[in-house]
Amino acid sequence: MKKFIIRRLALSVVILFFVTFIIYSIERCLPSSFVETKARTMSEKPGAKPYNELVDELNAAYGLDKTIIPGYFHWASQAIRGEFGDSWEWNQPVTEKFGEVIWYSFAVGVIAFILQVGIAVPLGILAARKQYSKIDYGVTIFALIGISLPSFFFATLLKYVFSIKLGWFDLYGVVGRMHEQLSPIGQILDIAKHLVLPIATLLIVQMGSLMRYTRTNMLEVLNADYIRTARAKGLPESRVINYHAFRNTLIPIITILANQLPGLFSGALITETLFQIPGIGYTSYQCLTKGDIPFTMFYMTFIAFLTLMGTLLADILYAVVDPRVRVN
Amino acid sequence: MKKEDTKAANKHVSTSTSLDDEQRVKVLSPGAMVARRFFRNRLAMVGLIIIICMFLFSFLGGMLSPYREDQVFRKTDSVLKDYVGTTKNNSYRLIPMEGKTLPSSISAGLERAVSAGEESFEANDTTYYLTEEGEEFYSILGGSQIATALALRGDYRFNENEGTTLSDQAKEAISEAIDNEEPTAEADGVEYQISQKGRQYQISVVEELGMATKRVFSAASENNELSYDFQFAVEKAIDAGESEVEIDGITYELDSDNDGESVMVFKDGEEYAYISYYVMNLIQSSDFLSLDLRREIERAVAAGESSFVFANEDGTEETYRIQSRDNQYTIRKYTETYLNDTYASPSKEHWLGTDGNGMDMLTRLMYGGRISLLIGFVVIVIEIVLGMLIGGIAGYFGGWIDTVLMRVVDIVICIPAMPLYLILGSVMDYLQVDPQLRIFMLCLILGLISWTTIARMTRGQILSLREQEFMIATEATGIRVSRRILKHLIPNVIPQIIVISTMELGSVILMEATLSFLGLGVKFPYASWGNIVNAVNDSYVLTNYWFVWIPAGCLILLTVLGFNFVGDGLRDAFDPKMKR
Repeated sequence: MKKFIIRRLALSVVILFFVTFIIYSIERCLPSSFVETKARTMSEKPGAKPYNELVDELNAAYGLDKTIIPGYFHWASQAIRGEFGDSWEWNQPVTEKFGEVIWYSFAVGVIAFILQVGIAVPLGILAARKQYSKIDYGVTIFALIGISLPSFFFATLLKYVFSIKLGWFDLYGVVGRMHEQLSPIGQILDIAKHLVLPIATLLIVQMGSLMRYTRTNMLEVLNADYIRTARAKGLPESRVINYHAFRNTLIPIITILANQLPGLFSGALITETLFQIPGIGYTSYQCLTKGDIPFTMFYMTFIAFLTLMGTLLADILYAVVDPRVRVN
Repeated sequence: MKKEDTKAANKHVSTSTSLDDEQRVKVLSPGAMVARRFFRNRLAMVGLIIIICMFLFSFLGGMLSPYREDQVFRKTDSVLKDYVGTTKNNSYRLIPMEGKTLPSSISAGLERAVSAGEESFEANDTTYYLTEEGEEFYSILGGSQIATALALRGDYRFNENEGTTLSDQAKEAISEAIDNEEPTAEADGVEYQISQKGRQYQISVVEELGMATKRVFSAASENNELSYDFQFAVEKAIDAGESEVEIDGITYELDSDNDGESVMVFKDGEEYAYISYYVMNLIQSSDFLSLDLRREIERAVAAGESSFVFANEDGTEETYRIQSRDNQYTIRKYTETYLNDTYASPSKEHWLGTDGNGMDMLTRLMYGGRISLLIGFVVIVIEIVLGMLIGGIAGYFGGWIDTVLMRVVDIVICIPAMPLYLILGSVMDYLQVDPQLRIFMLCLILGLISWTTIARMTRGQILSLREQEFMIATEATGIRVSRRILKHLIPNVIPQIIVISTMELGSVILMEATLSFLGLGVKFPYASWGNIVNAVNDSYVLTNYWFVWIPAGCLILLTVLGFNFVGDGLRDAFDPKMKR
């Protein structure tokens, strides 16, 4: 087991090396006129550093005076220490801005994640138990619609119905107009109210695949010999499902959830942007479209790291919950 | 997939060994079995119908639509537009004599001189003289240069301007004045002014240049310009309180009201000119302001009304609105304007209305469908080629090739796709890449990022197929490697590829729509379902024009749903054991 984990970790480091190298090359390949123009526009904002300073800092951080390979090592040695430079858009160190905004994304992500697991897994199991019934068709269609829904369209639809037609929620933002005057509990409730629509969007869009995955795996388990044995033993159906079948379904589900876990920090770019929630997704969207190179580079490295963590976590957890994997 | 089908299909194996007709009929080829299972699946059929409808809608619909993709519709509408700006005149207006000039820069000096009661003032290094001709009515005199004199050894050489000649007496008088350093010289009853500029002397003569008045003259028709003499004589007559004035042998009648605030001048009983204290500027200079309308505006402005009705030349009554700001009045009028027919509601001509550029929504949706579907297919082809090649090589050869290629797949999976698209999109925005080239770039990038799913699947399939008996058999019978791959391996992978690419097709369309929605994918003038929904970034459109964004969003949803249904059905049909 230890050997397995060490091997996976070493492999991840190698992959991370290559991925960051690709990301670094992307930065090097950006047309320099583009970078200069963006730096010039950014430097004209109030409180921003002068243009020369921005470009000098960029050159220093990315070792642009060196050739690509020494330049990469120069950048990587700084990145490993968490030095990603100052954001042009926000005029503060990238990591500081990141620390400010990440918690909104994390809160939205965690709530959506918990609700997703709480709704999708039971529904998937229900659909598998009653295969080809009306419930099964309903769940399948619902899941497929969730997968097929463009999140921007669904978010817009929610806004149109609940914010414009019914007037229950605000169109944008995370706090209401009267936020400052509210009591502490009122402030939390205010934020919670503003997060309802974004979480609903994420939930519907993400839930589909988990639901189908649960159903497929449950079906597979229900066809297995040990379930037939359990039934033959005369166990009550509830025990067969909840004990024998459910525990075996959990193996693949846990791995897929472990894969998603680091993603809670990556922020939902589209949803956050549409609802203007000041999380990492919306922040980096602004930086990406405005050409804030230091923040963009940081965000790309961060996402690559999270994806890698997801795969690693899934692999390790799979080995933990399923002894058969460890043998090979 | 129905349980009964499987049973029916398997029946022939179980019972007897005799081959009677009844049983023989039920045996189907594997392909036919798949087809039968697929067509029995209700969801898959719904998906297939949706996809066929989308293709017909996009490709056939685009041909049948009477409009072009980028055809802009226009309409005439009456829009409240600024028509006339007016204000009561409080400053002196300079009217130059024919052939003379009065620079407007002297008006400040003029105002100062008038208010101080002085008779002369300096402006632009020249002295101007004022003669009061009547109330708030002055004629302006000033030096106009007629000649220059150059001092040459005690003598002077005169250089006369064109059209003027200086008599010898005048020259003598001027020379004398220069010698005595006098600023003026007089000869033949004309006063000459002398000013020195280096070695050169400028000789000018004082003459009438024009007049200054607060009254505003306007002619009754576009064609007749009011001469200076006419304006001067009428001013004089108004001040003298006369009711007739004769200029160049023509008699004009004056009719004044409001204590001389406004005066109408008649020539042969017809309106000829109008004099008042209001300056009026037509915003659209092509028009001509008739005297009647001018008087009506004056009356309304003086009475402080906010709107008035006036019958124009055709006799139709038009409503004018007056806006006032700091004694500046703007008269606005509903004007017929030819403009883009934007956000028109659904009608017989435009079934789904028009968009923000005045283009037919339904036609845009059809062409947008073409682009979305084509991008989907091109990307999938790129994905299949790359994925099968890399996955196939990795799976078939195994060993270190497999390890290296699979690490490459791992690396590509880790590349953050969405941020990459966004930054590339914004670079392309900056470089102003041609929209058509952008579409190709979009396909290429989407394909290069997302081939990994197919590669992994192909490798997995080939790895498991390689271990099966029939592959050992091909090896044992000594079939060529190329034939082994093409004839025995590939056909066994194809079903999985079809299933997975159908599903991927949906997600590619979704991705393209998302990027276009963010304004970084397909760009105007090309339509795509995503960039049609993009209009909702304007909250006003979101609130008021449902027909702009809901149909496009529904089309995306339906298409992706269709592909997912079909993919799902195909998977069940190819692999009934899994019953997914």
